[in-house]
Amino acid sequence: MKGNEAVAEAAIRAGADGYFGYPITPQSEILEYLMEADPYKTTGMVVLQAESEVAAINMVYGGAACGKKVMTTSSSPGISLKQEGITYIAGAELPCLIVNVVRGGPGLGTIQPAQSDYFQATKGGGHGDYHLIVLAPSSVQEMADFVELGFELAFKYRNPVMMLSDGAIGQMMEKVWLSPQKERSKTVPQWATTGKPPTRERVIITSLDLDPNRQEKFNEKLVAKYNEIREKEVRYEEFQVDDADYLFVAYGTSARVCMKSIQLAREQGIKVGLFRPITLFPYPSKRLFELADRVKMMVSVEMSAGQMVEDVMLSVNGKIPVFHFGRMGGIVTTPDEVVDFLKSKIIGG
Amino acid sequence: MAEATGIKEIIKPENLVYKKTSVMTENILSYCPGCGHGTTHRILAEVIEEEGLQSETIGVSPVGCSVLLYEFIDIDWQEAAHGRAPALATAIKRLLPEKFVFTYQGDGDLAAIGTAETIHACNRGENILIIFINNGIYGMTGGQMAPTTLPGMKSSTSPYGRDVKMMGNPLKMTDIVATLPGTYYVTRQSVHTPANVKKTKKAIRKAVQYQKLNQGTCFVEVVSNCPSGWKMTPVESNKWMEANMFPYYPLGDLKVPEEPKAQTTKNSEKND
Repeated sequence: MKGNEAVAEAAIRAGADGYFGYPITPQSEILEYLMEADPYKTTGMVVLQAESEVAAINMVYGGAACGKKVMTTSSSPGISLKQEGITYIAGAELPCLIVNVVRGGPGLGTIQPAQSDYFQATKGGGHGDYHLIVLAPSSVQEMADFVELGFELAFKYRNPVMMLSDGAIGQMMEKVWLSPQKERSKTVPQWATTGKPPTRERVIITSLDLDPNRQEKFNEKLVAKYNEIREKEVRYEEFQVDDADYLFVAYGTSARVCMKSIQLAREQGIKVGLFRPITLFPYPSKRLFELADRVKMMVSVEMSAGQMVEDVMLSVNGKIPVFHFGRMGGIVTTPDEVVDFLKSKIIGG
Repeated sequence: MAEATGIKEIIKPENLVYKKTSVMTENILSYCPGCGHGTTHRILAEVIEEEGLQSETIGVSPVGCSVLLYEFIDIDWQEAAHGRAPALATAIKRLLPEKFVFTYQGDGDLAAIGTAETIHACNRGENILIIFINNGIYGMTGGQMAPTTLPGMKSSTSPYGRDVKMMGNPLKMTDIVATLPGTYYVTRQSVHTPANVKKTKKAIRKAVQYQKLNQGTCFVEVVSNCPSGWKMTPVESNKWMEANMFPYYPLGDLKVPEEPKAQTTKNSEKND
């Protein structure tokens, strides 16, 4: 099944309470699949086509504030529209899942796959000091798995989670193992709006505090939360790193390309491995810092003008050279191009 | 001393003719003297209390003068981004269909930045109540022109008066939503006299009761004043409102449900 369809089916099976979306290529299959599956009749999951991405993310806010498992999906231009809602959700400390099936930009850009929304996903996107937890799938299986993981992390930390996929994985067809159907949760978190019984204070879900001292305290609380996430939730995968002289650092589709590049390079006697961050926030900086003692060079391979490369550089902190390589505009880098780039840097270095 | 004793004798349960609804909190209202927000808050809270809905209600507060509404009415609240309240309310009601869900929005929130959310929530016939306070100005940010500012009316961003050729005409959102099949009950009221307060309270009560029928969106506009923004005394502002706002935004029902009798007959159901 397609990556997009896997997200939709996984959402139903994860016991999601609501999905609010708006069509945009290359991820419209998610909304289409859910409309056809009509899970309201089976699990009670609400699926609604909103009038805009802005409305969709604010529906997510409303549902999340009721303590429900809610999500939205879109692609780059639509995710830009959602940024207002995302920062409010982060500011109100609400859990939700946002999937970005990235296409090339800026602006309307292209409908082909890209990884040019890394900054937007990991460094903010909306205004104010906040972070999303960002998961980067590199297979259809992971697009399915990260729905459940995303909800789990979102509720654990009361924080929005973004799955940063791309048009290639969204449209790609692979075999996928799906979790069995989970029941929708009947427990309601204490912080949720449910109607105020006489036995408790009213619940106010807001991101507003006009008192700068209280707002700063709140900001500090968020920082503490992000630090805890940095401590506990780093996820990554290593491939042929043990004997490697060089390291590709890549996520999503680029990581798949690098797997082939590694094979091609090793056939030519170049020992190169892959470091694949699965969480882009929190970024696996510590591990990359360690690996910088063992390899001579890192190449950040991404379908962008060079975004994640900045985090690789920060992680490595000048120990070894770090380069960026990647195609843009919706073009997927070929394995040969990556190997050629690596070779040019080995000779050049 | 003698006087104080006299008052004490008067304050007895049997002499009680009015008390503050328990659904209002003890927090002091943040509104300017003479503003219609406080009155509207109170009658809304009274209806929630009288209908026994405090534990069943989720309100969505806006951005604007009533941004701190959640400080004043003792129910569960969600604070929306500017204009997005109907989107929040849509999801709340769909996920918790048994709850009473309403939004409370000003003219900038509802009729400018939130136009799409308002129209589409009404068009989908979301079973929510939208309370729309229209005072023709952005009060919170200091008196700028609103989508509902009258032609020729001065504001800080229309200092020579609203020139409709340059700035467009005031938007009659209530009239627009009344044309949508998704709305069930649409009315325009005011809270500037005791008689009007009663009417508005009745309208809100109807809307609360209608929500239980799941027939569509209820929309209650309250044409109100803004003494500070209009740079008038409260009394002057009410007179000005009567003379200028009401002709443009006439009070009364714009859409009422069919007679309850007709609804229950089989013929009427067929006609639906």
